Amino acid sequence: MPQETSDSATLVQLAYLLSSILFILGLKGLTRPRTAVRGNRLGAAGMLVAVLAVLIAADVHITLILVGLAIGAAIGGFMAVRVKMTDMPQLVALFNGFGGGASALVPAVFIASKGAIAGDAASSLAGGLSAFIGAVTLTGSTIAFAKLQGLKWGDVRIPSQLMWNVGLTVVSVGLLIYLAVSPDAAFGFWVLMLVSLVLGVTFVSPIGGADMPVVIALLNSMSGLAATAAGFTLQNNALIVSGSLVGASGLILTGIMCKAMNRRLFDVLFKQFTVTGDGAKADDVYAGKIKSTSAEELAMLLESANRVVFVPGYGMAVSQAQHAVRELANAMEKNGTEVLFGIHPVAGRMPGHMNVLLAEADIDYAKLMDLDTINPMFKQTDVVIVIGANDVVNPLARDDKSSPIYGMPILDVDQARTVVTVKRSLSPGFAGIPNPLFALDNSLMFFEDAKKAMADTAAALKGN
Amino acid sequence: MLVLSLTIFTLAIFVGFEIINKVPPTLHTPLMSGSNAISGIAVVGAILAAEIAQGWFANTMAVIAIALAMINVVGGFMVTNRMLSMFKSKPAKGAGSQG
Repeated sequence: MPQETSDSATLVQLAYLLSSILFILGLKGLTRPRTAVRGNRLGAAGMLVAVLAVLIAADVHITLILVGLAIGAAIGGFMAVRVKMTDMPQLVALFNGFGGGASALVPAVFIASKGAIAGDAASSLAGGLSAFIGAVTLTGSTIAFAKLQGLKWGDVRIPSQLMWNVGLTVVSVGLLIYLAVSPDAAFGFWVLMLVSLVLGVTFVSPIGGADMPVVIALLNSMSGLAATAAGFTLQNNALIVSGSLVGASGLILTGIMCKAMNRRLFDVLFKQFTVTGDGAKADDVYAGKIKSTSAEELAMLLESANRVVFVPGYGMAVSQAQHAVRELANAMEKNGTEVLFGIHPVAGRMPGHMNVLLAEADIDYAKLMDLDTINPMFKQTDVVIVIGANDVVNPLARDDKSSPIYGMPILDVDQARTVVTVKRSLSPGFAGIPNPLFALDNSLMFFEDAKKAMADTAAALKGN
Repeated sequence: MLVLSLTIFTLAIFVGFEIINKVPPTLHTPLMSGSNAISGIAVVGAILAAEIAQGWFANTMAVIAIALAMINVVGGFMVTNRMLSMFKSKPAKGAGSQG
């Protein structure tokens, strides 16, 4: 983009600076509960400033632009108001994809209109990168959305997926270099776009289950980096700064998620979890040692408990049991029992998934304890209720060096006086290995749907 | 110009890492959806692209780009606000005011 030196261009640049400052303050605010609401509003204000600045400076195609803005605002507002809290991971995935898609289309418009992304090699390369990252983010997020929504095509397996990933990446890098050398290579650009769209599919489709929080956080980061690349093409500071901030924040979250699983990002992306669990082994672990319990028995245990800790997992989200959990928690608190929640960082399908669900059920976030806080407290806990979690409470991760999940930080629920696991069956979790926790002397299994189990127990407790 | 852009980029990445070094797990999702909305800054790029768009194909792509980015912006900020208002609606307690 040619840079004018007129006063109005300077004003636009100053508006971008203001919006960047607002984004920085906004993101900082979002890292603390007390300032989060204000932070979000500061971010929105920053966006308003940036959009108004570019709109005021715009002198052609105004109708076109306003139509696009109106359509997007209407759809986005509708989705935000209508989405159920249990569907939040899908929505976040979808929004990541839309951001990437928009960034990918920016250089495409240039190619289609002018026959070249930009005049110089660097801007042209940046445009190629914007298309590449943006397109991968778009289709990758769409696949992630489909997986989280439970749609069949989200779980499509691609044969020799690693070869596809490597091959498509090599082709993309080649095309990016080609674009840098010859910025008017329109055909090369469209091939790059196509290859990137396919790469997004092959890249995300084999990753699933408990690895989803990592993928969502990574796609979040990529949607920002795509905007940064578009900013390099347009030599626009607002895009460069904001995109980088999002890229950095997404990478931090990705790192937190990987650490919580004790897996390297490379392994999450390129190595399938080796499923070592087999029927015989599971039988050895469980045979004759499983004690099952009922709502009445659990209610009696809870009645005399001083402290009870809930450990929720993805199963709670599937069964939408959060309101039933709240009801049971309220009943216990009326009895004078201390009720806490132990939340593993990767419980659920996106970072912070359990926290959002429990907040929706009106549970005070001060009762939600993270791993490091709750672990020393289990020894003084009378009853732990594990709801739809499995691998994150598997003692093998702590005790068995040969286990595939060895080294993953877990919640030490086995140290509580009694552990009750609410689960429909003894089926393994994402790691595909049996859980010796279920066979411990102080362990009870409550084979029931989580929502019904919690509601029945609450009713039994109130009846006693 | 490129060197200036690279400078701004590098500094912005550092600022990003610095301000988001410690996030309580409760805020992981809102931080993600809020930062997601900020990545909707692509709307500025899409508007700039729309200004130079020529022909129906480029124009269509420009409108789609603007709309996609705007979904991200409006949806992202609104849904983040909705989530945060759930966190806030608890009766004010000691822990709440200390953050």
